Amino acid sequence: MAATTETKKDRWASGVTPYAEMGYYDADYVPKDTDVLCAFRITPQPGVDSIEAAAAVAGESSTATWTVVWTDRLTDHKHYQAKAYDVQPVPGREGEYIAKIAYDIDLFEEGSIANLTSSIIGNVFGFKALKALRLEDMRIPTHYLKTFQGPPHGIVMEREYLDKFGRPILGATVKPKLGLSAKNYGRVVFEALRGGLDFTKDDENINSQPFMRWRDRYLYSMEGVERASASTGEVKGHYMNVTAADMEGMYERAEFAKEVGSIIIMMDLTVGYTAMQSMSKWARKNGLILHLHRAGHGTYTRQKTHGVSFRVIAKWVRMLGVDHVHAGTVVGKLEGDPQMIRGYYDTLRLDHVEENPDTGIYFTQDWLSMPGVMPVASGGIHAGQMHQLLEYLGEDVVLQFGGGTIGHPMGVGAGATANRVAVEAIIQARNEGKDYFNEGPDILEKAAKGCPELNAALQVWKDITFNFESTDTPDYVATPTVG
Amino acid sequence: MRLTQGTFSFLPEFTDEEIVAQIVYSLEHGWAMSVEHTDDPHPRNSYWEMWGLPLFDLPTEDADQFMREVRACREAFPNHYIKVLAYDPKRGRQTTALSFIVNRPDHEPGFRLDRQDSHDRVIRYTIHPYATEQPEGKRYLNGAAPNGASASAGEPEDRSAGS
Repeated sequence: MAATTETKKDRWASGVTPYAEMGYYDADYVPKDTDVLCAFRITPQPGVDSIEAAAAVAGESSTATWTVVWTDRLTDHKHYQAKAYDVQPVPGREGEYIAKIAYDIDLFEEGSIANLTSSIIGNVFGFKALKALRLEDMRIPTHYLKTFQGPPHGIVMEREYLDKFGRPILGATVKPKLGLSAKNYGRVVFEALRGGLDFTKDDENINSQPFMRWRDRYLYSMEGVERASASTGEVKGHYMNVTAADMEGMYERAEFAKEVGSIIIMMDLTVGYTAMQSMSKWARKNGLILHLHRAGHGTYTRQKTHGVSFRVIAKWVRMLGVDHVHAGTVVGKLEGDPQMIRGYYDTLRLDHVEENPDTGIYFTQDWLSMPGVMPVASGGIHAGQMHQLLEYLGEDVVLQFGGGTIGHPMGVGAGATANRVAVEAIIQARNEGKDYFNEGPDILEKAAKGCPELNAALQVWKDITFNFESTDTPDYVATPTVG
Repeated sequence: MRLTQGTFSFLPEFTDEEIVAQIVYSLEHGWAMSVEHTDDPHPRNSYWEMWGLPLFDLPTEDADQFMREVRACREAFPNHYIKVLAYDPKRGRQTTALSFIVNRPDHEPGFRLDRQDSHDRVIRYTIHPYATEQPEGKRYLNGAAPNGASASAGEPEDRSAGS
């Protein structure tokens, strides 16, 4: 790839021509409003020029193959070629570059995330000339965005349906996630919901195992949901996991969830983009809220130099249409730098997201009123962190306390009550203008005086934090201003 | 039982001062304020009676003016559920931003869960508010059913929630 300056080969002569010379790099290219734009973090192999590496990514993710093909000349090839138009070294990270690449909208099938991803992350990630490659962000042109309907319901419709406003929604994943019989499982659903939670949830890997088949789980869970609803006067729900081995199985489970009166179903990211988009259509048609558990995403989102950033996954799932998706807790047990998670939450919830290096957002994105997705914070969170959760994650979020409900020393219902009292007390304090973030522990202590359940939760989990260094952090760190 | 709809039902009942603080917060956001009441607290009852039209463009310093509406509604319907709603008309929201109960009947009989056996172990559930056994306007009369029957017959055991 190095010796390209000697005798310049004709563009169309047979053989291998560097990608950059074939038109896949164009520093003067001005992206069109209709282009799909990508920001890739590229780490070329030693000796490989960064521009040529970027051009190779553009080539392999659009029209190119490894050698010149005369059949390109049967097309308006320049139109279909992706163009790397900006390649910059990453400050402080040797060997890494951010390459921005523009793709004409004609390269993509309307309304198909499967097609979009087959192009953008299809072949290029195994490319030998690159040591590592990461898709950091995408700008979806609004022309293409409008070929998707987005979330079946969205945040506003979900809140109106649940009749719950002005505070985070509370949930819990039933634990232990594997092994409970259907009847015991429904008991946890009932106690947690009656105690004060809005939702309970199947875990990602609870599908239909020998110890509990899906149909039995749905029946007992609904008994729990309805009993809890009748004893509180509130709308409650349990996410029925419809993940199955094939689409026929998923539809069968979803239909049964609808038949027994469930208001919400869930699926796992492992089912794939086409299956998710099909379930989105089903959920819109049948009026069930659709929750997505991002099972497996850590295999490709976590490492800073290789894979796909979760902010891209967040964008894709908003387009293909889910109502909920797990997007990090900041303070819990799973990976998540606060600024990066802010970027994911903005991508899921806002109508206009401005380019912002602090939160890892590379492109300004307009959503043209596409409904927002409710982010879900789940994994190692408890009532004593309520002030931090509200500060980092805001109000439009489902806070899921699995262990933090079911592990309560006074029982599942008490754990639920502790969480509900904590969230209401922090919201009250925030609305009254208190410095709820700094005074959070005091506010919770005060609320616990009238609530033994909260008091017990604060005692048992008071010192539990998960302070580990994040692997995926922004390249740019905002310097705090002195003020 | 205690009906736990609304943003703050797990906290002790708010004083008028605490209600005003929430109104001030809402007005600072430019939200429209309204009061609604009902004697049918079914969780799917989306349309409580409106106590007049929402108040738009109320300046923050006039929070008391809205509080007077809350008090007037309480005086007119002391045995009804009454809620304060703040509405956010901003594009992208155009929905309720905050909603909390500010009055409830002295005695809350709650709901009966009816089960109808259907095919293949499927059960059809219906949530039935005991109060709606009486016609509208004749419910929650100091805990005694207007026809003289005890309102407590068959009701679920009282549970306190979080207070």
